[in-house]
Amino acid sequence: MKRVRISVAYMPLVDAAPLIVAQEMGFAQGEGIALDLIAAPSWSSVRDMLAFGRVDAAHMLSPVPLAMGLGLGGVTTQVSSVSNLSVNGNVIGVGRALEVKLRAAGYGFDFADPIAAADALIQVADGPITFGVPFPFSMHVELLRYWTDATGLSDRGITVRTVPPPLMAQTLAAGEVDAFCVGEPWGSVAVEADAGALILPCKAIWAFAPEKTLAVRTDWAETEPDLLGRLIRAVWKAGRWLSDPATHATASFLLSRKAYLDVPPELIDRALSGHMTISRRGDLRRVDRFVEFHEGAATFPWLSQGKWIAERLQRANGAASLSDTRIAQIVRPDLHRQHLAKTGCDLPGASAKVEGAILSPTPVATAHGEITLQPDCFFDGQIFDPAEESALKN
Amino acid sequence: MVGKPATISLANQRFELHVFIMVAELKIVVVEDDRERVIAIVDALKEACLCEVVVIGDRSGLARQIAAHGPDIVLIDINNPTRDMLEELTLASGPLDRPVAMFVSGNSDGMAEAAVEAGVSAYVVDGLSPARIKPVMDTAIARFSMVRQIRNELAETRRALEERKVIDRAKGLLMKAKGIDEDAAYALLRKAAMDQGRRVPDIAEALVTAAGLLG
Repeated sequence: MKRVRISVAYMPLVDAAPLIVAQEMGFAQGEGIALDLIAAPSWSSVRDMLAFGRVDAAHMLSPVPLAMGLGLGGVTTQVSSVSNLSVNGNVIGVGRALEVKLRAAGYGFDFADPIAAADALIQVADGPITFGVPFPFSMHVELLRYWTDATGLSDRGITVRTVPPPLMAQTLAAGEVDAFCVGEPWGSVAVEADAGALILPCKAIWAFAPEKTLAVRTDWAETEPDLLGRLIRAVWKAGRWLSDPATHATASFLLSRKAYLDVPPELIDRALSGHMTISRRGDLRRVDRFVEFHEGAATFPWLSQGKWIAERLQRANGAASLSDTRIAQIVRPDLHRQHLAKTGCDLPGASAKVEGAILSPTPVATAHGEITLQPDCFFDGQIFDPAEESALKN
Repeated sequence: MVGKPATISLANQRFELHVFIMVAELKIVVVEDDRERVIAIVDALKEACLCEVVVIGDRSGLARQIAAHGPDIVLIDINNPTRDMLEELTLASGPLDRPVAMFVSGNSDGMAEAAVEAGVSAYVVDGLSPARIKPVMDTAIARFSMVRQIRNELAETRRALEERKVIDRAKGLLMKAKGIDEDAAYALLRKAAMDQGRRVPDIAEALVTAAGLLG
């Protein structure tokens, strides 16, 4: 059988794993497709390659399609999020100077408590703190702002500056930024380079944050429904494969190849297994489900997640808001559900949920029985009810 | 070139001439640290249009450096990882009063697609007329695709050389192990490649790797 080739752009990150695994472990082949994976040097490059038709699909920061819909940034082609590729997986860290001060002040680097981390930073910072993030429209920025605003760290003065992930360690070492928020393995790379220490997994801020999305041009999704279905299914199967801890070693080796991430497998395994090394001294911290590709319907692109992101982007950048109808044209649980129906897998019956309301693993009704949604709480106990937000606006 | 406004003594004439300069001269920032490339691009741009070209090679505080020049157009290699730093410029709340946008295809006959293909990305101040953008972009696209082609050819040549080396080593291993001549060794490699539906260099590499492990 002749396989149809689909070109997919990605950034070299641990959370590109579902795409790499789909191609390398035969899940794409099983759907009669082959993925041409094209590593990109920057997020703007990923976006442009997708927007201008150089590729058909992309590994993308989940806020980017919504930012494009809001008219933010240079390119405004219609792009749709058809699956979540990953949930969580970012870390916040500090450079050597802040690390030394935090240790001197007795901070325990628990790598768990956002309030304690913010309090410690407030205590030791002399002036404003400059954070490096990978892209202006990213969960990194949103979670960082959410955390610093809710803890009062923002009152100290926070500057957010864009730094490409592979340059994060050297930018930190050069003192151009004081701290950072970045996706793995680049936080671990900074630790190994002795440029700083990790203080929080972003999961501690929002326990179930949609991190990367599988993005396609909306017109491609409409004209190639069959290919889209194969792509969604292949990537979903790869995510399910990755959710078995027994696969972590294999996946780490796959990802570490020169053509993909080109970093030692041991650094990749930290994120996949949740066994993080947070400082050069070798302090170990365990984070359950540090990055999630499958459990708790992780791939399901909830409209409520899209709405949370859209509202924050809109408020921060002074853009006109997106209506619920527009959001539903960008975040596509309908396509996700339609194309996974064939696999017989279980998916949520609803397309939106109250974000932040699930405090412990909770079974919910689905077409085939039930699935267990994972905790999705915000560290400050906030609740985001998409229906209520709409009611307030109308 | 247009003379400096200071050479004219009457205040109102000086003002008019100043306005003329603003319209005539485009300010283009090129972000690039490869010297030879910079020279080629700058020369071509100066030939194509009346412009002032500023080159920025140092990536630290890139967005700030660019904003300080207040350019009409920014050109950067699409593969430059520091490109994401420029995205900050597109935010309305950024340091520029006029937002800069990636050159969008809407009114440009596929120019953005051509630019992406050639490997150049452009940020253009909103409101700049397409007639003024076109010569700059045509030149940039031509220059960048030329450079890209040279780089691809270089990479291709390097790869071919690497493969030749591996094939030679594999042939050597076979000749020694089986006591055959060079042609027979190559024929053996080629047969294995055809039988397995793989490329000769891949078979050769597998053999060299295996020999390394066993030896």
